[in-house]
Order: sequence, then C-alpha cells, then structure tokens
Amino acid sequence: MRTALKLVSNNDHNTAIELAKHHRHLIALVGSKQDRAAFQALFEHFAPRIKAMMLKGGVNMMQAEDLMQDVMMTVWRKSSQFSPDRGTVGAWIFTIARNARIDLFRKASSRPYDDVYEMEIADDGQSSDDAMLQVEREECVSAAMKELPQDQRDVIQLAFIADMSQSEIAKKLSLPIGTVKSRMRLAYGKLKGKLEAVR
Amino acid sequence: MKLTHHLDDATLVRYAAGDLDEAFTVIVASHIAMCPQCQKASHNAEELGGQLLEAAEEVAVEQDAFAKLMGAIDNQNKANFDGVDAQNVHPFPKRRAKIAGDVPLPLQRFLGAQVADIEWKKVAPGISKHDIVLDKDVPSSLYLLNIAEGQAVPEHGHGGMEMTLILSGAYNDRFGRFGPGDIADLDEHVEHQPIVEPGGGPCICLVATEKPTKFKGIIERLLQPIIGI
Ligand SMILES: [Zn+2]
Repeated sequence: MRTALKLVSNNDHNTAIELAKHHRHLIALVGSKQDRAAFQALFEHFAPRIKAMMLKGGVNMMQAEDLMQDVMMTVWRKSSQFSPDRGTVGAWIFTIARNARIDLFRKASSRPYDDVYEMEIADDGQSSDDAMLQVEREECVSAAMKELPQDQRDVIQLAFIADMSQSEIAKKLSLPIGTVKSRMRLAYGKLKGKLEAVR
Repeated sequence: MKLTHHLDDATLVRYAAGDLDEAFTVIVASHIAMCPQCQKASHNAEELGGQLLEAAEEVAVEQDAFAKLMGAIDNQNKANFDGVDAQNVHPFPKRRAKIAGDVPLPLQRFLGAQVADIEWKKVAPGISKHDIVLDKDVPSSLYLLNIAEGQAVPEHGHGGMEMTLILSGAYNDRFGRFGPGDIADLDEHVEHQPIVEPGGGPCICLVATEKPTKFKGIIERLLQPIIGI
C-alpha cells in the first residue's frame, strides 16, 4: 500500500516535470511566432494559479482578476525575452506576478528588478555556458521541492505566495525572526545544492 | 570582477519573494548588477516562488478572461501598428546596448551614470555623504558615503538591518577586505570597524539602513547628529 502511494506521487512528480518542460516549449512558440494556441495553453495553466496567489496575498476577487490580466499581458509582451538559462517558465511568471504585486502595494518599486532584468537581456547570447543546466533544471527544482520539510515549506509559502514580511511570518508562526531566516536559508540551500550538482 | 562578499541566503530569498522595501531592493539589485554569482543565485531563489505558484490551488478566472485579454492585446497591436515596439513587428528579442557608466543600473535613475558626477556634502573630516531620495516612503534610508583613504569609519553597532555596497575604493574590517562590488550584508547586532584602504583612493559606498545607526563612543555620539548616519 505504501509503495503504491509512493508510485502515484512519483508519477505526479514526473508529470509535473514534463509539464514544466512543455511550458518551456510553449513560451518559445509565443515568443517567436506569437502563437495564440500556445499562449492559451499557458493561460489555462497559469491564470488560475496567479489569481490564487494574488488572493492569498490579501487582495479582493476583482483586484486578483485584474492583476492576473496584467500579469498575463506582460507574459505575452515579454515572451520573446524569456531565457531558459535563467530559470523555468514557472519562476519567470512568478517574478512577473511578484513585480505586479510590488507595484500595487507600493512599499517598494519593481524598477530595480526591471533594471537587473534589462541588463540580463542585454547580456543574452554573450554567455551560453549554462546550456547544459537548463536541461535538468525542471527536474532539480521539482525534486528539491518534494524533499522540503513542511516547516520550511510553510515559511516560504508565506513569503512567496501570501506576501508576508519576515516579521509577519515570525509573528504568525510564533517563531523568532532568526528561525524564520534560517528556514529560508535551508529551503534555498536545498534547491541550490540540487542545481549545482548538475553543473 | 572577482567578488568575495555576497548576499546572505536569507536576503536572496527575501529579495526573490519581494519582501524588501525600496532602499534594500535597490542596494540588493545593485549588487546583483555587479555580481554574476548572485544574479544566478537570485534566479535559483525565484524557483521557490515558481514551484509554489505551480502548487497553488487554482482559483477559477472569469469565463471570458482569455477573450478579454486577447482583445486587449489586439487593441494594443493596432495602436502600435506604426510604432517600432509592436510585438508582431519584432519576432526576435530586442537587445539593448551594453549599459554605460560605472554606476550600477538600479542606481542610475537616482545618481546618473558616473560616480565622478555625484555631488557630496561634507559631514565630518574625511567623510562626505550623498542622500538618495527614494520614490517610496519607507522606514529605511539609502545614502552614499565618500570616505578618505586611511580614514576609519566611526565604530557603530547596528540598530537594525544594514547593508553596505562598495562602488569604488576598498575598506577592511574584521570580516576581511571589501572592494568594488562587494556587499556587507550584516546581521543585526554585529559590530565592525571599517578602515579605508590607503592607496586606492577614497572609498565610495552605498549604505542601506533600517534605523539610524547607533554610535558607541561619546565623540561619535556627538558627531551623529552632524553626520546623520
Ligand atoms: Zn554576489
């Protein structure tokens, strides 16, 4: 019984990886040919997740729908700038959603992120030493996530999706800030270890 | 550029999640602009966000959401038909020329492109300052210090989060040598005594602080209202 369950979860895991690789293919079609069917497939996958992320961050239904529209519009407009050397499609779309949310709440500005992004676009094509890395990237990030202990996952879920600050997380989980920080470091360290192992 | 002092992993995660306020977002982005290693690391941290987005429980979007979006895109394409920016006109990535100047790009809209053009206000012997006015009203401040060769920066304990990014020159403290591009991403309560390295010109560094720094000695305490750091 236990083995059977594990098999199912491994299948899910593999499906998720195949899907992530498929998204890389779809975004390339949108970027190079403005392929609307490919974009629709991406929309159907990501739009409901972006909306969920916005709602978890505390906006109302209407704002969440509007933000989702903004984010998917940006995905369409910037699709040709997507580079698999920098990360998975999911991570790239996450950053677009993050930036849209930052600009809405105005505690910071997404300009510094955009500046770095612009620099990277300017550098694209000049270094391709990471071409090998992208092949394994989807596997690595998915595997790291699967192995993440629940306490670390809770912390990063609150930071990345619920848009809570370090001190808000500490308060919500009744933990010292130092513990929140060390769980963030551990979660990131797990992922970094996996990604560097294939280099 | 061979850098030795990088961002703390917890800072990378907070930056990737969007948890830093404007002062800290700017200083972290400026280091990332100078550091290929942290550039890569920040993308790794963003994968955490990507994975959590993938795992999010879907919330149904409005029924005509996709049609509405494509309608908006068609309208934009129509409006841009004569412009060079239209997505349909440029099927391939547009590449911008290399970024000019020695000021990291995330700082250029505050300072211009050249460190040499920054205007300084003298705040103490051997120490000048340039305050950066941020767009957002945040509880942190961002400023540049220009500290003469051989000069010690007054010893201070940190009242909150503080980061220092070296733009030119170098200083040494008990954590080692900090040269151009290096960032001191120190934990709270850490004390250090940076001394600017002789022979390399003044040390110009960008500082982000959460709260006013507390100086330790009586002289420094007297200086603090003057220096304002
Ligand atoms: Zn670095």
